[in-house]
Amino acid sequence: MTYIIVSILLGIIMLLMTGIAILHKNMVVAIIAAGVVSLFASVLYLLLAAPDVALTEAAIGSGLSTIIFFYVLNKIRKNNVAE
Amino acid sequence: MINTILTIALALIFLSIAIIIYRFMLGPSSVDRVISFDMMTIASISIIGIISYMSDRVIYLDIATVYGLLSFLAVIIIAKYLEKGL
Amino acid sequence: MELFGALITLLGSIILLIAAIGLVRMPDVYNRLQVGTKASTMGTLLSLLGIAIIHPTWAGKLIILILFVLFTNPVSSHVLARASHYINIRISKRTVVDKLKVTDRAFKVGEVKK
Repeated sequence: MTYIIVSILLGIIMLLMTGIAILHKNMVVAIIAAGVVSLFASVLYLLLAAPDVALTEAAIGSGLSTIIFFYVLNKIRKNNVAE
Repeated sequence: MINTILTIALALIFLSIAIIIYRFMLGPSSVDRVISFDMMTIASISIIGIISYMSDRVIYLDIATVYGLLSFLAVIIIAKYLEKGL
Repeated sequence: MELFGALITLLGSIILLIAAIGLVRMPDVYNRLQVGTKASTMGTLLSLLGIAIIHPTWAGKLIILILFVLFTNPVSSHVLARASHYINIRISKRTVVDKLKVTDRAFKVGEVKK
């Protein structure tokens, strides 16, 4: 019973964060919100008794994806300054 | 008895995550959002610890370690980006 | 003994709740950083320590996790404070002294003298 309530709360948090990631104008805030969605999705996989999927989701979604997005954003900013 | 106390602790942590999300929506600058991200990760490590006791599996704690490591890396990268570029 | 550990976990979650309330009520970025890293580190530390008391066979892994959180969290706080100083976020009116600004000016004077 506890797990069902926790799953519903995690789903509500993920929906809110997805709304922020879609609708916000600043790019940095949108990337951070996407990272938060991936973070709570990892906890949700953990509740469904799949630790390997949760490990992969935490490593790729929350860590690597955020870092690559910021790398690309840095490249774009440097090109705009150079032109 | 112990399960009841741990369920109350879980509810309090979820309440704190709701308050942090309020600050995430409200925060005037980008640094406020990064602080909220860091603090949500810390609260999630706590949640994983309690769930790991409730379902009696020790392997969940490894996931919490990976979680903290990657969140630390992401915060460092974001701070370097905000300061002067990667 | 198990009841004692459960009460310590409850205390840790109460400290996390206090940290979240402080995150909303503080007036400035730097004060929010202070609350958001130090108080939440204390909350997570107590919460994991309570589970280590309840279940003593898991204590090794939990102590590694506690040490990890204890070492990495102040570093991220420091880096964020430095970044937010260099992108010119204003401090609150009630803050009295800004040591980094004074040191910065001293460095610039030293460079001019060379």
